[in-house]
Amino acid sequence: MNPFDYIRTTDTADAVAVLTERPDAVFLAGGTNLVDHLKLGVTEPGLVVDINGLDLTDIEVLDDSGLRIGAMVRNSDAAADMRVRRDYPMLSRALLSGASGQLRNAASMGGNLLQRTRCVYFQDTSTPCNKREPGSGCSAIGGYTRYHAILGASQDCVATHPSDMAVALAALDATVVVLGPHGERRIPVDELHRLPGEQPERDTILEHGELITALELPPPRAGRSTYRKIRDRASYAFALVSVAATVDVDDSGPKPVIREAAIALGGVAHKPWRARAAEAVLRGAEPNEKTFLQAADAELAAAEPLEGNRFKVQMARGAITTVLTELTGGPESKLDDTTEDAHE
Amino acid sequence: MDHPLNLTVDGQEHTLAVDPRTTLLDALRDRLGVMSPKKGCDHGQCGACTVLVDGRRLNSCLALALSHDAAAVTTSDGLATDGELSPLHRAFLEQDAFQCGYCTPGQVCSAAGMLQEAADDAPSVVTEDLEAPVDLTDEEIRERMSGNLCRCGAYVNIVAAVSQAAEESR
Repeated sequence: MNPFDYIRTTDTADAVAVLTERPDAVFLAGGTNLVDHLKLGVTEPGLVVDINGLDLTDIEVLDDSGLRIGAMVRNSDAAADMRVRRDYPMLSRALLSGASGQLRNAASMGGNLLQRTRCVYFQDTSTPCNKREPGSGCSAIGGYTRYHAILGASQDCVATHPSDMAVALAALDATVVVLGPHGERRIPVDELHRLPGEQPERDTILEHGELITALELPPPRAGRSTYRKIRDRASYAFALVSVAATVDVDDSGPKPVIREAAIALGGVAHKPWRARAAEAVLRGAEPNEKTFLQAADAELAAAEPLEGNRFKVQMARGAITTVLTELTGGPESKLDDTTEDAHE
Repeated sequence: MDHPLNLTVDGQEHTLAVDPRTTLLDALRDRLGVMSPKKGCDHGQCGACTVLVDGRRLNSCLALALSHDAAAVTTSDGLATDGELSPLHRAFLEQDAFQCGYCTPGQVCSAAGMLQEAADDAPSVVTEDLEAPVDLTDEEIRERMSGNLCRCGAYVNIVAAVSQAAEESR
C-alpha cells in the first residue's frame, strides 16, 4: 500500500472543503471497497479523509411522507429499519441480498452507491483497463466476461455496476442529495451513474469534492414490489442478473390492467438499468405472460452480449417475466427470494 | 506519519501509534499480539478476521485501525469469561463444528454478532415476512453466516452449533 495522509472530520462542509483543495484526496466511509483498492493499488490517494464521524446517520420521514436516509447509515441498519421493511420492502431485500452480514454492518448508503466495478481486470493492476488507466485498453473484451454488461457498454469498457441497493433505488425513483464546493444539489439516482462511453474512468456524474449526504425516497407506491437476484452461489456473490420491480394492477374493471410499473435491472450494465421500454409495454396492458414476454423483449432488443455472457439475455428475460408473474399473481402468491441456479 | 490510536481489546485498554495504512486486523495481530482473529484472504471475502466492534461484527481486514479509534473490540478469545468458554464456544466443540480451526474465531465472532442481530429481529434476505420476528431456521443461519468461509467444509456442523447456541440463549 502506498503511504497516505489521514484526517478524520466531523463536519460535512469541512470534508468537502478539504477534498476540494486536494485533488489527490478521497473520502473514506465504510471502507469495504476503498481499503481493498488501497491494498490492490487500484487507488493511490495522497490523503484519506475519514467521514465516519459525520452526523449523517438519521432516517427520517419527509413532509411528503417519503423517507430520507442519511448517507452514513449502515446498509444493515437501513435494511432493518421498520419503515424501510414495511414501506420499501424492495430496498430492504436488495440491501440484504448484497455482500455479507459483516460487510453490510460496515458499508454506508453513500458508499454503496459509489462502490466500483468488480471487473477482475479493473482490480488487477497488471492488466490494461480503461477504467483504471484511461487509454490502456480493455482486457475484458475478448476475455472473461461472465459478470460483464449486455446493455449500454462501449468499445472502451464493458464493466457492470455491482450494487444491489442502487438497482432498487433506481426503480424507486430515489434522489441523491449531494453537497459540493458550490452548495447542495439533488440528482435522481437513475442519473447519478454514467454509461462508460469514451470515459469509463468516470462511474458517476459527481465532481471531485462532492459528497453524498442523503438518499431521499418518494412516498411509498401503490402495488407490490420485490427484488430478485440471480447469482453463481446462493449467498454472498454479485448478481449475474437482478430485477427490482414494482407493479400496480387495477382490478376494478372486467379485465385487470397494469396501472403503473417500474423495473430496474442489475448486473447487466455500467449503471443500474432502468427498463423504461419494458415499463412502456406494461403500462395499460393486461397482466399476463404474453405481456410480460413482450415487455422483456422490448427491453432486451438492444442487448449486445459478449462471448462469455450470452446466457444473460435469456436469464434477464426469464427473471423479468418470473418477477412480474409473481407480483401480479394475486394476494396468495408467495414471493420466493431464494436464488436460482445459474448455468450458462 | 504515525497517528495515536486507543483501542479496548477484550476488556484491556491499549494506546499505540500507527501508520494510517494499518488495518484493524494488523493492529490487533502485529502490534498488540492479539492472535485470535485470523488473516485469511485479507480482502473481505473469507470472514476469518471477523471481530465485534462495539458489539457489531466486522471484517477487521477491511477497516483502517484509525477509523476505529476509541472502539471496544471483542475477539473470540474475549467472549470467554475468566477462562470459561461461552455457550457459543461450547456449542462449536459439542457439534464438532471445525476441523483445522483456522476460520473458527471468525466463525464464532460472526455467530455472536449474528445471534444479536436475530435477537433484534433484523431480517435476512431469506426471511419471508420482513416485518415478522426472526425464526432462526437452518436456512436463516446459512444465509446469515455466508460471510464466513470454511475450507475444511464443516458447514453442516457450524449450522448445528449456531442453532444450539441460539436455542440455549432463548
